[in-house]
Amino acid sequence: MTQPTKKPTKMNRRKALIGLGASTGALAAGGAFPGAERFAHAQSAAPIKIGFQKHATGIGAAYGRWYGATTDAAVKRINENGGINGRPVEIVVEDDATDPGRGAEVLEKFATQHEVDVAFGTLFSHVVIGSAPRAGELKLPYFVVSEGHHVASGMLNRYTLQPCITDVKSQVISMAPFVAENLGKKVTMIYPDFAFGHDHRDFFSEAIEAQGGEVVAKIAIPPTETTFTRYFPNIPRETEVIYHVMVGPAVLTFVKELGEFFGPNRPELFGFIDSLEAVDIQSPGLEFLEGSYFWEGMPRHAQAGDTEAQKAYRAAVGCNERGASVEDPANVSTYAHMFGCWETLNVIKAGMEAADYQGPADRPKLIEAVEAMSAIPASEDHPQGDKLFNGKTHQVFAQQHISKVTDGTLVVEHSTSIEDGMYEDEVDYTTQTF
Amino acid sequence: MMASRKPLALHLGILALLLVLFFVLPAYHVGAFSRIMVLAIYAMGYNLLFGYTGLLSLGHAMFFAAGMYGFGLTTNLTGFSVIPAFASAMLAAGLLALGVGYLALRTAGVAFMIVTLMFAQTVYLIILYFGTYTRGDEGFVVQQAQRQLAGIDLTTETARYFTAFILFSVCFLAMAKLVQMPFGKRLIAIRENEERARMLGYDVANLKLRAMVISGVFSGVAGASYALLFGYVGASFAGVQYSIFPLLWVLLGGAGTTIGPLIGVIFMFYLIDISSGWTNAYMLVAGIVLVLLTLFAPQGIVGTLRKRGVAWLP
Repeated sequence: MTQPTKKPTKMNRRKALIGLGASTGALAAGGAFPGAERFAHAQSAAPIKIGFQKHATGIGAAYGRWYGATTDAAVKRINENGGINGRPVEIVVEDDATDPGRGAEVLEKFATQHEVDVAFGTLFSHVVIGSAPRAGELKLPYFVVSEGHHVASGMLNRYTLQPCITDVKSQVISMAPFVAENLGKKVTMIYPDFAFGHDHRDFFSEAIEAQGGEVVAKIAIPPTETTFTRYFPNIPRETEVIYHVMVGPAVLTFVKELGEFFGPNRPELFGFIDSLEAVDIQSPGLEFLEGSYFWEGMPRHAQAGDTEAQKAYRAAVGCNERGASVEDPANVSTYAHMFGCWETLNVIKAGMEAADYQGPADRPKLIEAVEAMSAIPASEDHPQGDKLFNGKTHQVFAQQHISKVTDGTLVVEHSTSIEDGMYEDEVDYTTQTF
Repeated sequence: MMASRKPLALHLGILALLLVLFFVLPAYHVGAFSRIMVLAIYAMGYNLLFGYTGLLSLGHAMFFAAGMYGFGLTTNLTGFSVIPAFASAMLAAGLLALGVGYLALRTAGVAFMIVTLMFAQTVYLIILYFGTYTRGDEGFVVQQAQRQLAGIDLTTETARYFTAFILFSVCFLAMAKLVQMPFGKRLIAIRENEERARMLGYDVANLKLRAMVISGVFSGVAGASYALLFGYVGASFAGVQYSIFPLLWVLLGGAGTTIGPLIGVIFMFYLIDISSGWTNAYMLVAGIVLVLLTLFAPQGIVGTLRKRGVAWLP
């Protein structure tokens, strides 16, 4: 009930103004916020700082967790082997919340607050597309591990590169010959009704026609859908192969309902493992997938013919034979994609060493050095396999794998050649100025 | 006279401070304030409807998105330059607000919240449905070459800051004037007692519709500004999250105050920015702070200051 008097009010206001002035002064000094301090200059022994734009929260969190683990393992190995140009590598992690708005803010933070040398690690396409303009404006090399076609499409800029994971267009094109020759030529596609699904629809339709096949039905599932049975009667009887790329938490329901709909007499099934990354293939409800086929960028389950480099990589990232955490077998990894972080860090290392990178002023030299890369042979730096980097489109091409679910294990049935996934250049980023 | 001069002095003082901040802040915070000013325009638009008129919308992201896509699509598909594209964005947001307002204002209270939420969800799904043009959830880039105005490259940090500053200043002063005009007083009358306002002879339905359209246009200006200054157009900005944000900003800063939206955006931006440096559970930190503020300062920062003696705060 006590009413404030005039006098204390004036004092409070004065104090508030003094506080405001003091805050402004503090801001001016650059010390009001954590991390606002600047490094004077990169010394020869100062760490190479790499900003890791991590999907720590949001829809990409499962990927973010494993991209983080792979990044840590790769940096540990690089540092144990002498770092980059004799300098240790330091990872600066910021959560982008799997949101493009936040992603752009994170890049700003990397460039102007943490003053990193390069940024890397983003998976989700909308975060890459939302962040890339800022990377170009901030002159910050931005190495993405996204598999989106956005880089090679020419939508982005010279500062954005995807040197270690193939894009969806290449993946899809390379799958068509196997599908047409081994599974069937009449394909029904079931895909989420947003950009990721549309990419599959468009690229695969064209690719299967080139193989003499056809897409007999295109069934788009709205992203808000939680049950799918009502869509299945739209699958034509003549269908020989169902191509599915459902993603998100409803994928288990999708598979279960598909199994209930078809029973034992189903067409061949071909899908992208994106649907089931971080999900145990032996989870209850997924029995229907036995005998079906999946694209994998890198085989999740250990294969009989694994190279020493692949075994070393598996051990380094802490995965067991089934691609789950050694410490917690219930924690299944995103094995088909996360190798991209390991390999991208090695490309950054190779690029910096080729460019004799000393600091941010050498960023254009770093990009030119990466653009000059072409054949990237399989090695411990690149355990996924041989690659061919296109410096003009900033996009890499690599071997892809098709695995069959056999007794609950993903067994590689076919590996494509690099050439299977190649297509005409859509951009030449090297013509853009820095 | 003194009382009427103080708010004007405060508004001009805030603008002067924002101007000075460009020269004294570290680079990161200059970029942050560019973004804050754009988002504050959005918050101001929301505040007109919620804070001054008493209409709680849960779907304002559709107006932000209308501005964003109105700018981005006309730029990308028709080759419009910045000014016509910006005008298209304002028109798109205004027309959408007119249509939605015409239908949604037949409801009130919780029903109005639900109807606006549903309209926003419809807009979101339309963006996904027309993925051929909008690139759906991925969105698209507004290229650097398309973000030039009278020979000025708006993608540089300086041009971005001052463009945001000019847009914010115009909206800030216009809103301050608007709520002081008889129109603004009538909106407040509706908020305080709609039946009494109607009984006094005001055309309440018309006033609410006009408030909705102005609010939508402000939100659209913010969306177009985002596309112009940050070069990205995407469906996530039409999602529920971006309808909740302006509500939080306005509640935090002070509903029904002219400076509250800016204060709310600054507070929320740095709360998330700083707490994300401590923990991945930064939204939990933000949530706890919001709960505490709601408990102990239910009228927001500016509203509480006003209540505790600084009664002239606008």
